[in-house]
Amino acid sequence: MNRVQVIGHRISGGVRKVPTWPVYLLGLLPPAWLLYEGITGGLGVDPVKVMEHQLGIWALQLLLAGLCITPLMRFARLNLLKFRRAVGLLAFLYILFHLVVWLVLDIQLRWGEIWADIVKRPYITVGMAAFVLAIPLVATSWNGAVRRLGAATWGKLHQLTYVIVLLGAVHFIMQEKVWTIESLLYLGLGIGLVGLRLPKLVGRLRARSDQKLTPG
Amino acid sequence: MFKPFTPDLTAADVTPQSMWLNRRQLLAGGAAALATGSIAQPTRAGTLTPNTLEEITSYNNFYEFGTGKSDPAKYAHMLTTSPWEIKIDGMVDNPGTYPLQELIGDLDIEERIYRFRCVEAWSMVIPWNGFELNKVLDKVGVQAGAKYVAFETLVRPEEMPGQRGFRSNIEWPYREGLRLDEAMHPLTMMATGIYGEPMANQNGAPIRLVVPWKYGFKSIKSIVRITLVDKEPPTTWNMLQSNEYGFYSNVNPEVDHPRWSQASERVIGGGLFQQRKDTLMFNGYEDQVASLYEGMDLREFF
Repeated sequence: MNRVQVIGHRISGGVRKVPTWPVYLLGLLPPAWLLYEGITGGLGVDPVKVMEHQLGIWALQLLLAGLCITPLMRFARLNLLKFRRAVGLLAFLYILFHLVVWLVLDIQLRWGEIWADIVKRPYITVGMAAFVLAIPLVATSWNGAVRRLGAATWGKLHQLTYVIVLLGAVHFIMQEKVWTIESLLYLGLGIGLVGLRLPKLVGRLRARSDQKLTPG
Repeated sequence: MFKPFTPDLTAADVTPQSMWLNRRQLLAGGAAALATGSIAQPTRAGTLTPNTLEEITSYNNFYEFGTGKSDPAKYAHMLTTSPWEIKIDGMVDNPGTYPLQELIGDLDIEERIYRFRCVEAWSMVIPWNGFELNKVLDKVGVQAGAKYVAFETLVRPEEMPGQRGFRSNIEWPYREGLRLDEAMHPLTMMATGIYGEPMANQNGAPIRLVVPWKYGFKSIKSIVRITLVDKEPPTTWNMLQSNEYGFYSNVNPEVDHPRWSQASERVIGGGLFQQRKDTLMFNGYEDQVASLYEGMDLREFF
């Protein structure tokens, strides 16, 4: 073990005693604060846009944070696996809030415009796709689902996270009028973190095609 | 409280300077000024209620100072707006580089309360102070062959952080243009102030264009050059994304931006639960300007 791994290992020991429920509670504070600021005028003259944008950014950050957990385990021996579900569920919750703010406060349930936006505006199509893909992951986020599906199938299904993160980052870039460092940084991080999984994914695919080729 | 600019108004109906000065006294003096009852309050049906000066000066798109809505308010104080010169060239009788004060000269500064609709689907109502662009063009003398007017914003990276280094994502100067008849239209104005105050830097000090029936980005800020030309001039957003931003960019709820609908708009200033509003054809100035585009397919010339 290198020094980083020693530190990581040591922190993991401490983290083991921390329960997961405070993570959920902490995770609910930022949106609650945002709503409070929005109502009391603390978000400037266009509070709807600020809420919408901020929730989207936080969702993207949580998704990326979720993708950091396995590499931290691998490279730094820092075991945060017990928080991965909480981070994932919170990310979905933020995506949901982001969507609700858009539907209710921004576009104000003008269904004609909403439907046209989803079908005709690529960045909204991409964002909606990410949201829809996240639904089966939330539906199978409980322990029983892992048992029923079997760990292998469950793991394969939850690889959708990679697609969701990338769609989220692309959605962020597409809604901007010009290229910005910030949005490119998120996509870069997303590609990097998904890229770390590539050798394993490619290896698995190759193994499967080898299997098919092997007679008997 | 305020009257919107409508075409059936004559020069006599334009809020005289003394009145908006009075209004400032009202704002300053409060109840005392009210008690004297000296302030005429022009009211009529369909009045527009302007946004507050704070709203107008804190929520801006001015990429020379950054891409965030609050960047201009944060950084525009660095801009030196005096002295200021405007170069007027191309097909004019009296080309030259004019000091701003000389160009304004004895033109009356009037107040116009206009709707302002951004291409990003939000809107405000702004009480501008300024004069019609045609008055300046008449001063310099437009030559017969001129068909378009091109405008340029200041390039001064040392005072405009958005024009520096990796934050610079546009080919400067910011460029805009109008067809000559659009430029000569009485609704088209050069604004030098808001609410009777000198134009705030983040709003395009010391002088900017205001074309109320077009998306906000057409109303170019901090102008340093006006050129009369015979061909459609290149314009910044059109250069960046020609399929998203046309030369005309007239407010039109029926022609959507490729990435978002233009059918309705978020009204700035009403807080979290402000009702969204249907966008009006030509931003509500259809009666005044529709004739400029007679026979044109507005889907093609968006």
